Amino acid sequence: MTAEAINSDAVIGATIAFGSLAPAIAIGLIVSKALEAIGRNPEAASKVQTVMILGVAFAEAIAIYSLVVALILKFV
Amino acid sequence: MATALHISISAEPIFRFGQFEFTNSMLVSLLVSFFLSFVAVWFYTHRQSKSNLKLFIQTIVESFYEFVQSISPHHASQFFPLIASIFFFVMFGSWAGLLPGVETIGFKSPEGFVPLFRGATADLNITLGLAIFAIASVQVFGYKNLGFKYFKKFFNFTNPINFFVGFLELISEFARIMSFAFRLFGNIFAGEVLLAVIAFLAPVIAGLPFIGLELFIGLIQALVFATLTLVFTNIAISDNH
Repeated sequence: MTAEAINSDAVIGATIAFGSLAPAIAIGLIVSKALEAIGRNPEAASKVQTVMILGVAFAEAIAIYSLVVALILKFV
Repeated sequence: MATALHISISAEPIFRFGQFEFTNSMLVSLLVSFFLSFVAVWFYTHRQSKSNLKLFIQTIVESFYEFVQSISPHHASQFFPLIASIFFFVMFGSWAGLLPGVETIGFKSPEGFVPLFRGATADLNITLGLAIFAIASVQVFGYKNLGFKYFKKFFNFTNPINFFVGFLELISEFARIMSFAFRLFGNIFAGEVLLAVIAFLAPVIAGLPFIGLELFIGLIQALVFATLTLVFTNIAISDNH
């Protein structure tokens, strides 16, 4: 592929579009399981919430990696 | 009078000492450090007073200490200075990118427009430095609490499978450095790009909810960085193999 084809806007858009597909599903699953856990055991809500925030940050980091690649393609 | 949207992935140098470039994000990180040190010294010299500001700072620090205690009950006093420093530096460094004048006030140079200030954590160098520092501190805590047995986690010669697992653990430490650096940089830099683009596309009012979002994201990313460092430290000092 030529350098122009790699840096075209469609490729940049596709990078971030495909890159955030799996993290979005992952975050949905994490939060849904956390909500189930809180519903079953409301006293442990703050513990579950802390672990959920951590898990969501891990999953979101993957989307951020693809966002950084898209930004590098666009601005460098 | 249309000016171009100015977005630069790398922090721009304000001045140079020969080869060394002093960038605008370095300047902001220095200012944030001075600010935090100033608050700490002020709190210490006024620790007997009953002023509202002193009580407010005390409330914040104590609730963060309880949070650290909830994750690591027995060693909270050992880890708290590091974790709280990481948390407050990342939080105020990210919020510094939202102040008026940051990324907008600057000077013209042969390379184009150079802003004088830039959010401290919107620079990959600073987040990478923080990440290396955090993971190195995890190793130091592991050695301090377990001695040389801590490094047996990585170089385990009992049988080939354990050797491979230990090697993977070593690789994953380096992967954690990159993950820390890029998570923080990506979140904060993408937020700055978003705010710049909104400012160029829509009236000022439209940018207000996004500044609120960036405040929230700065807080959450600081919390995630500090909490992950704390969790990795816990794993490092736990000797359950």
